[in-house]
Amino acid sequence: MGHAYTPGLKVTDKILITKNRILPLKGEVIVKKGDKVKPDDIVARTHLPGTVEPLNVANILGLPPEDINDAMLKKQGEAVKEGEVIARTKSFFGLFKSECTAKITGTIESISHITGQVLLRGEPIPVTVKAYIDGEVVEIFEREGVAVATWCSFIQGIFGIGGETHGDIKVVVPDNSTILTGKEIGPECKGKVVVGGSMVTADAIKKAAKVGAAGIVVGGFDDKDLRDFLGYDLGVAITGSEDVGITLIVTEGFGQINMAQKTFDLLKSKEGQRACINGATQIRAGVIRPEVIIPFPADIHARQDAGDYREQGLRVGSPVRVIRHPHFGKLGVVTDLPPQLLELESGSSARILEVQFKDGTKSIVPRANVEMLES
Amino acid sequence: MAKMNPEDIKVILATDCGSTTTKAILIEKRDGEFRLIVRGEAPTTVEAPFEDVTKGVLNAVGEVEELSGRKLLDDEGKIITPTDGNIGTDIYISTSSAGGGLQMMVAGVVRSMTAESAERAALGAGAIVMDVIASNDKRLPHQQIERIRHLRPDMILLSGGIDGGTTTHVVEIAELISAADPKPRLGSGYQLPVIYAGNKNATEPVKETLGKKVDLKTVPNIRPVLERENLGPAREEIHELFMEHVMAQAPGYRKLMTWTDAPIMPTPGAVGLIIKTIADMEGIEAVGVDIGGATTDVFSVFRPDGKEGIFNRTVSANLGMSYSISNVFAEATLPKVMRWVPFHLDERDLRNRVKNKMIRPTTIPQSMEELIFEQAIAKEALRLAFIQHKSFATVLKGVQQQRTIADAFEQTASGQTLVNMMTLNILVGSGGVLSHAPRRHQAAMMLIDAFLPEGVTRLAVDSIFMMPQLGVLSTVQKQAATEVFNKDCLIHLGCCVAPSGEVKKPGPLMNYNIALPDGKVEVGTLEFGMMKLIPLGLDEKGIPLRAKAELEPLRGLDLGHGKGNKIETELTGGVVGIILDGRGRPYVLPEDDKIRVEKLREWMLELKVYPEGALARQ
Repeated sequence: MGHAYTPGLKVTDKILITKNRILPLKGEVIVKKGDKVKPDDIVARTHLPGTVEPLNVANILGLPPEDINDAMLKKQGEAVKEGEVIARTKSFFGLFKSECTAKITGTIESISHITGQVLLRGEPIPVTVKAYIDGEVVEIFEREGVAVATWCSFIQGIFGIGGETHGDIKVVVPDNSTILTGKEIGPECKGKVVVGGSMVTADAIKKAAKVGAAGIVVGGFDDKDLRDFLGYDLGVAITGSEDVGITLIVTEGFGQINMAQKTFDLLKSKEGQRACINGATQIRAGVIRPEVIIPFPADIHARQDAGDYREQGLRVGSPVRVIRHPHFGKLGVVTDLPPQLLELESGSSARILEVQFKDGTKSIVPRANVEMLES
Repeated sequence: MAKMNPEDIKVILATDCGSTTTKAILIEKRDGEFRLIVRGEAPTTVEAPFEDVTKGVLNAVGEVEELSGRKLLDDEGKIITPTDGNIGTDIYISTSSAGGGLQMMVAGVVRSMTAESAERAALGAGAIVMDVIASNDKRLPHQQIERIRHLRPDMILLSGGIDGGTTTHVVEIAELISAADPKPRLGSGYQLPVIYAGNKNATEPVKETLGKKVDLKTVPNIRPVLERENLGPAREEIHELFMEHVMAQAPGYRKLMTWTDAPIMPTPGAVGLIIKTIADMEGIEAVGVDIGGATTDVFSVFRPDGKEGIFNRTVSANLGMSYSISNVFAEATLPKVMRWVPFHLDERDLRNRVKNKMIRPTTIPQSMEELIFEQAIAKEALRLAFIQHKSFATVLKGVQQQRTIADAFEQTASGQTLVNMMTLNILVGSGGVLSHAPRRHQAAMMLIDAFLPEGVTRLAVDSIFMMPQLGVLSTVQKQAATEVFNKDCLIHLGCCVAPSGEVKKPGPLMNYNIALPDGKVEVGTLEFGMMKLIPLGLDEKGIPLRAKAELEPLRGLDLGHGKGNKIETELTGGVVGIILDGRGRPYVLPEDDKIRVEKLREWMLELKVYPEGALARQ
C-alpha cells in the first residue's frame, strides 16, 4: 500500500463546514432554508414512541388467553390512565371481582389472545435537535432534519469524552507545553472552553466540572486520571455519551505531550470567541474524531479553496510527529524516504523513513509510526 | 459471468473486502497443482469519499495484475473472464466484512437452550451477535423491548420451543419484537428481516404477530427436539438475507455481486468453512483463531463421539490488538498481562502506551521492548477469547442423560464443553500479531501460552490471511482450496508435546526417544518447569518432516493414552520444530517474581523467541 503513515488530523484557520442535524425518527423541521441559527436554537423535533409496558392480563386474572377479550374493558388503541382498570372478571354472580390496572398512562397497543399479554404504550417522549453551531440552514431534509453550514476555524482532536456543547475560549496557560492544573481553574471559567498546554491533571478536570466550565481542550491526558475521573476503565474508544458534566478534547494523545504549536496558536488567536465542541470519538470503521468549531460570519456561498482538503503524501521535508515509542511525541522533519523494507529493532521488516528531530539528532522510524503535520 | 465446470477452472481470482483493507489473491493450476501466485491489497472504499467497494477491489486486483503480469482488467476496468492464455481469470469470488460485517440479534425462549442454538447458528454464519434475548435472561420485558429498539441489527433470528411443544413463550418473544418495532441498521427503505426458526406449531401465530411489521422468513426449527440441533437451514437463510439485504445496501455491493461467480460470504463464515472442510477431509480435530484489531474469532471442530465433527465459532467482540487493545488490558488486568513480560515497566507509562495504540491503531512496535509487551497482551486476548469459546462450544444443554452405574464415578454434566485439548490435533493461528510476528517462534509461544495444548498438538499460522478467500473457494473448487491451504496458506510451525496433570514438585516428567529423519536420535528426560526445542523442519517441497517418537509420561501424567501410559507416535516438524513443554497442565507461572522472570527468560531463550540481548534488561 502506498500510504503507510497515519495522516494528521485537520487543524485549519478557515474552512467551510456543513453539519447534518438529523432526528432519530421522522418528525418536524422548524426552520427554513436560509435561516440564521445559533447553537442552542432548535431546528427539528419529534416524538419518540413511548416506553412499552407488557401486562399478562390472562395470568393476573387467571383466565385462559383465548378468553381475554371478554374481560377487557378497553379496546386496542384506546387511551388509559395510570391506575385505571383495563380488565375485569366476575364470578359467583358478580360477588368476587378480579381486576387488572394500567401501570402507566398511554394507549393499549395490542391484546394477544395467544399469550394473554396486553402491551401498554406510554406517552410519546419529545426529542429535539439543536443547531449545535452558529451558521445558516443550507438544506432541509424533509421531516428528518437540516444541514447547517458555517465558515469556521476547525480543529480535530484525537480523543475526547462528553458530547456537544459551546462556550467562549479561555486560554489559561502561557504556552503549549504548560500543564493545566487545578490552580489555573477558577469561577471565571464558568461556561468557558478552557485551553491548556501539554496535559491536564485530574484535579483540574474535576475543578473545571465543578465551576461549570463547558469544556477543556488540551494536548495530553493521563489514562490513569481518565480512569479515576470516569470511575471505570475505558475499554473501547466509542465515547460522547458520558455524563460527566464537561466535554474534554485531547488533541495529541495520552501522556504528557505538547499541544501542536499551530493548534495552540490558533486557539490563542481566537480567545474570547465562541467555540462549539464535541468530544464524541469512535475509532472503528467510520471514524469519528472530537472537534472544535469556531464559527465566524462569512458568505457561505463563496467558493472554498480546493487546497484545503487535499492530502499530500509524505516527502522529504514534510514535518512529522512520531506517534509511538521510543520517540513518542517528538517533532521533526523527514530527511529520507528509502523505498526498501528495513529490519527494525523488534525484528519486523517495515517501510521506514529517516527523521531529523528539533535537537538535530536523526533517527529511523517506521512510516506507520509517524503522522504528518500540516505545514 | 458464465458458470464454469469446476474441473475446467485453472485460474482463480479471489478478494476479501475487510473493514480497512481489500485483499486479492491469484491462484493458478501449474504442473497439475493449484498454487498461490501473488497477493495484492488496497484500502477498502466503502466509506466516503469513494463509497463504492468495487474501487478498492479494482485497486487490489490492479496490484495483482502488476505483480503477476497477468492481465485481469479490461479497458473499462472490468474483470476479464474466462482465461485466454495470460489474460483473464476463470472465476472471481469474494468475501466481505466491510461496513461492520453482519450484525444480528437473536432471540429464543430459554437462554441456555433455544436461544443458545440460535446464537450458534448466527455465529456459524459469520455474524456478530449484538445481543441474545430470552424469556429467562433476567431482564424485564420493557427492558428487553428498549434493548431491541436501540440495537438496529441487520436481521433478527427468532427461535423457541421444540416442535409440538408449547407455543406461548415464543409468541411472547415475537410480541416483544413487534412492540419494539426495530429498524434495520442500513437504510430505512426496507423492512427488517426476521428469520423464524422455532416451534413449527407457532409459525402462524408468529406470522400474525410480526408479519406486517417485518420481512418475516420461516425456516425449519433449529431445535426440533431437545437432543438435536438443526442449524443448517437457518444459516443458509442468514446467508441469503445477508446478500439480499445487507450487502445490497452497502455502497457498490450491488455491482460487486454481479461480478462474482459464487455468493459473497461474510468473512468469518468463510474462515469457519475452510477450517471445517480441512478438519473433515483429514478427520481431525482443529482449533483456529483469528485475532484482529477489534475482535478475536475462535473456530473449532471437535469429535466427541469420534466420528462427526461439531463445528463452533465464537466472536469476542472487544478483544483485539488495536481498536480493542485497551479492553484486553481492562479485562485481563495489568498483572495478568505483565506476568508474560520478563522485565519491569512503569504502570502509568504502560497505560498511556496502550491507549495511544488504541487511538492510533495502525502503528507498529519498533523496539523489542514494545514487541514483547504487545505479544504479552496478545497472549491474554487469545486466552480470554478461548475461555469464551470453551464455555460456548458445549454439548447441548437441557438434554436428559441416561446414566449407568459406571457413570456414577465420572459424572458429566449437561452442557459440558466440547473442547478437549488432549484430543486436539491442530491449532491454527491467524491475524497480524500471529501471522506477522518477526520470528515464527514467537507465534508458537503465543499459541502455546494462550491455549495450553495437551498431549501432542500440531501448530501452524496463516501466512497472509487468505483463509476467507479459500473458504468461499471451497464452495466452488474444493481441491484448489485444500491444496492452497496446505501448501501456501499454512506455515507449519511444528508441534507441541505437553504431558498433562498437576505437578507440584521438581523432578522428571517424561522420557523421550525421538528418531529424526536425518538418522539422529534425541533421547532424554524432560524435567518439570523445563522447555526444550528440537529442530525438525520441512522437506524441499515445504511439507513438514516427520519423526518417530516414543514418549513415556512419568509421575502419573498423561499424553493421551491414559495416566503414565507410553505413546508411540509421529511428530511433525515445521519452521520452529518440536517443542517439549514440561511446565505441566494446569499451568501455573511461579509466584515469586524473581523466579518467574528467570523462568520466562530461560524458556524464551530455549525456544529462540527473542534475542538474548533483548531479555537482558531488568
